[in-house]
Amino acid sequence: MTSPGDSLAGGESRWSGSQVKAVWRRLIRSKTALLGFVIVVIYILLAVFGPFLVRHDPFLQNLSLSYSPPSSTHFFGCDEYGRDIFSRILHGARVSLYIQVGAVALSLAIGLILGALGGYFGGILDEVLMRVIDILLAFPGMLLSLAIVAILGPSLNNLIIATGINSIPGFARITRGSVISVRENDYVTAARTIGETHFSIILRYVLPNAISPIIVQTTMRMATVLLTAAGLGFLGLGVQPPSPEWGTMLSAARVYLRSAPFVAIFPGVAIMIVVLGFNFLGDGLQDALNPRLKG
Amino acid sequence: MVIRERFGLNKPLYTQYFRFVKGLFDGSLVSMKYEVSVMGLIQKRLKNTAILAVVALCVAIVLGVSAGILSALYRYTAVDYIATFFALIGVSMPSFWMAIIFILLFSVTLGWLPSNGMGSWRHVVMPSLVLGLGSAGIIARMTRSSMMTVLKQDYITTAHSKGLPERTVIYKHALRNAMIPTVTVVGLQVGYLLTGAVLTESVFAWPGVGRLLVDAILGRDYPVVQATLLIIALVFVVANLFVDLLYALLDPRIRYD
Repeated sequence: MTSPGDSLAGGESRWSGSQVKAVWRRLIRSKTALLGFVIVVIYILLAVFGPFLVRHDPFLQNLSLSYSPPSSTHFFGCDEYGRDIFSRILHGARVSLYIQVGAVALSLAIGLILGALGGYFGGILDEVLMRVIDILLAFPGMLLSLAIVAILGPSLNNLIIATGINSIPGFARITRGSVISVRENDYVTAARTIGETHFSIILRYVLPNAISPIIVQTTMRMATVLLTAAGLGFLGLGVQPPSPEWGTMLSAARVYLRSAPFVAIFPGVAIMIVVLGFNFLGDGLQDALNPRLKG
Repeated sequence: MVIRERFGLNKPLYTQYFRFVKGLFDGSLVSMKYEVSVMGLIQKRLKNTAILAVVALCVAIVLGVSAGILSALYRYTAVDYIATFFALIGVSMPSFWMAIIFILLFSVTLGWLPSNGMGSWRHVVMPSLVLGLGSAGIIARMTRSSMMTVLKQDYITTAHSKGLPERTVIYKHALRNAMIPTVTVVGLQVGYLLTGAVLTESVFAWPGVGRLLVDAILGRDYPVVQATLLIIALVFVVANLFVDLLYALLDPRIRYD
């Protein structure tokens, strides 16, 4: 169904197929962005299908294999309980992706609503919302997550809530800034003139045109959430053993550093590669979505 | 029952809150675990964290700014790629994992540095390096891009065409203007050093506020958790204010009325 606004308000058709293709072409022109994209795709595929591919049960303990070094049957060796580290890393990818998607979705939903409302309506509402965000921003980095875990107690879902809430300020501020920059465009005024509701204007004209920085932030945030979750896991405040989260695995490996250093190597490499992948992709998207910014 | 009454846990929440705020100021806030004044506990630990953070910040600024300048001056050469590569590693490598690798290398394999504790200068090297390298990466990236923007400006061309020596152009004309975005990032790093300290202190058993906080959370020592979080947030906010004031010093066009 078409509404009278379609012909008047040109801002709506931003995300046509050809534009997505143009962004894609600009994205893959950068080698690092392409690398990031490949890493992220492989990571997602491994998180979804990896656990079906491995030969060993990641939870199966076999004390006779404790600390056995990497071999052809156990590619990354075995941990203190003789569990296959390769299987645990692949299962860990699933745990990490679950946390990342959960936390980013949570913060994106809340941040987008707060930022769009504040940016679009301005005034008192904006003031109040931004001061609330300022309070959240008073706790640097992962400290807010740490505080939330301290209140809720360590578990997988609490970790998602904790890292999610920590990500809200970023999304809210970026959405607000972006919404303010498109709010005054003629097509928004046009939409208002023909009597579209605020809700419809925000959803159909403002947000689609304000989405680029939000996409970049979503990608970058996936990296930060992974690091925060792994950090909390490392402190014993994240995913609890025996669940194979990479930070939690590193925490256990630290104790046996002298006798079995390889146990501490692979989970760290996994975290680093995935974080690097999301950062590369985010950087690339930033350039691809705003070609004018690239110097 | 006794603990509930001693710490006022049987009182309504608002009474507990006022008790907490009052305790912050008159020192009557007591750790549930150590049964000593929380503020005294934090004060002792805060000094240790400050030592770590200051050394780390120096590491981050020296390495980050010089790597960033080198990258910008020799852009798209081997120097630039190497510096950028290390900056990326610094940003993407989880600090606690870097700590483990350092311990493996410098304590277990080479035996040069102690793996934990506090005492001599040798105890400071690894924790401050680990803490500083992540920030160094971010500072390097920011310095590089801001330096590259500045080097393209007209006044740099003017300075060159006036026949000024390269050194003068870079240090007096370019660097000072390129430093403003870098100062922002450095200021933000103060906060990240405080959070990073939570992880780094835990790996290296460094007796600072970060470790105090983690131990308190694991031991459910709530007065300590509350007070530590509040103090860290306070330091962070004050650091940010300080950075804002520093802008005006660097860029006379910025004035706070």
